[in-house]
Amino acid sequence: MSLVVDIRKRLESFDLDVSFELPADHEILALLGASGCGKSMTLKCIAGIERPDEGLIELNGRALFDSDRRVDLPPQERRVGYLFQSYALFPNMTVEQNVMAAVRLPERGRRRERAHDLLAAMRLEGLAARRPAALSGGQQQRVALARVLANEPELLLLDEPFSALDGHLRWQLEMELSRTLRSFPGGVLYVSHDRDEVYRGCDTVCVLNEGVSDPKMTMGELFSAPVTLGAALISGCKNVSRARMAAPGTLLCTDWGVTLACCGEVGEETSHAGIRAHHLMVEGERGCPSENPLACTVDQVIDSTFSTIVMLRTPGGGPLRFELEKERWRGLGVGSDVVLHVASECVMPLVERGRGGARVA
Amino acid sequence: MDWYPLINSLRIAAISAAIVFFLGVWLARAIVRLPHAFRGALDVVLTLPLVLPPTVVGYLLLRLVGPRRPLGMLLAAFDLRLTMVWPAAVLASVVVSLPLMYRTARGAFEGFDETLAHAARTLGKPESWIFWRVTMPCCTQGIVAGVVLAFARALGEYGATAMVCGYTPGSTATVSTTVYQLWRTGDDAGALSWVLVNLAISAVVLLAVNLIERKGARRPARAGRVIA
Repeated sequence: MSLVVDIRKRLESFDLDVSFELPADHEILALLGASGCGKSMTLKCIAGIERPDEGLIELNGRALFDSDRRVDLPPQERRVGYLFQSYALFPNMTVEQNVMAAVRLPERGRRRERAHDLLAAMRLEGLAARRPAALSGGQQQRVALARVLANEPELLLLDEPFSALDGHLRWQLEMELSRTLRSFPGGVLYVSHDRDEVYRGCDTVCVLNEGVSDPKMTMGELFSAPVTLGAALISGCKNVSRARMAAPGTLLCTDWGVTLACCGEVGEETSHAGIRAHHLMVEGERGCPSENPLACTVDQVIDSTFSTIVMLRTPGGGPLRFELEKERWRGLGVGSDVVLHVASECVMPLVERGRGGARVA
Repeated sequence: MDWYPLINSLRIAAISAAIVFFLGVWLARAIVRLPHAFRGALDVVLTLPLVLPPTVVGYLLLRLVGPRRPLGMLLAAFDLRLTMVWPAAVLASVVVSLPLMYRTARGAFEGFDETLAHAARTLGKPESWIFWRVTMPCCTQGIVAGVVLAFARALGEYGATAMVCGYTPGSTATVSTTVYQLWRTGDDAGALSWVLVNLAISAVVLLAVNLIERKGARRPARAGRVIA
């Protein structure tokens, strides 16, 4: 199994410029990005529903789209399974007929047999005679998945599979879906805007920012060492400041008005610094590092469900968000001064990369 | 009572509804894919017979297929004619009832969720399968309503029909032209009996339309709205 995607398409609000590879079997790659950043459009281009302006899409050595060689296979010939956000079950057919329609076998009897095997595997046997309108959202999702698998695709595309479902239903379905995806022989592309969902279910991730893709990385890398500003923000980093290299290994953070030591790779192209809200520590606390002091003023203290969130003003005027366990906060009120520290390995040097910006190797 | 006008009317309405079904569905599908400016112009041309007086339609048809017009002469060369014979009434009925079918079908197709067609394509289904097994069934309600309306309109057609095929008992006589002829010649009782027949047919047709609409209301997931 191998998938190569390298496409460009001019859209109304931005230009799509996506490139990644999925070299291994069983790999689940997440396309992560805010709503409307071009994730679904990328899937549609791979499935053949939308047509890129130029580029290459190759699946297992087969060109699905190649603007240089003028190849553009119709969706029927791509063998790419697509699980739509709305599930797209045929409303005029029963569950059984929906799945049977996707089975690639000539005889009706064997098609029915295969459909029943799949429905049984998804614990849907009892619903075979029902129409989609009579199913719950979770059941519809499982039928849609059974239908996609019945078609024996070489690649599976999932478009926000949980966006149509309620919160309390999601957890069990997520675990079931994850099991199904693990047993799928080909590669899987999983589109989502939810970093937690993606972290639990996927192996690697490709962040999309206004249509432009970051290099592929592992889930661990996304959270420990995101390279781009967009990746840091989508991975949940709450504090970013404009920054530039002051000396090798140090960053002048202009929004915060401080110079911070940094273990990550700082270079000429470094444009921002990021600090996760829970990586900050108060001076004097046990385990607090002595490096990188930030003298701040408390702006606001917010009591959240399981933690305390403190909004601080930095010497440079920019805000800093500090999150800690409730018992660690010593009740300093608004207006108090407090010195925070951050370990140099927790200061993330970031590259801003918009359209036409320098590509990160 | 001679039942020929009723049989003739039903025959004309049934044939024209069948033609209008295929023509209307095809046009509704084809026009959506045309460039915008073109689409607007064709839409006007196709809808025009709905608002024109039937006599104007009849006049235009005579200009087209009349015995001394080029198309009429061409037909005559093959020993065919489209005036003063009952198939001429089919032609007139098709022209006046096509807008009803076309507009209702287009409304139904516009309400169809294209994602379903995309899903079928990624599953490897050919376009003809998608059209007959997914698109049409999802638009059934709108399409059937269109056919019933077109049938009813053809059944009640008088003006254009009277102009292209006149009134010949046992040949071109329809229910509506018979009513006029009997009343004109002072046979009030005869006219009344045909009026009653017409009322009965129209009531049945309207009942059918209502039933289809109510069936659709119970299944809101389906596309289609009726433009009457």
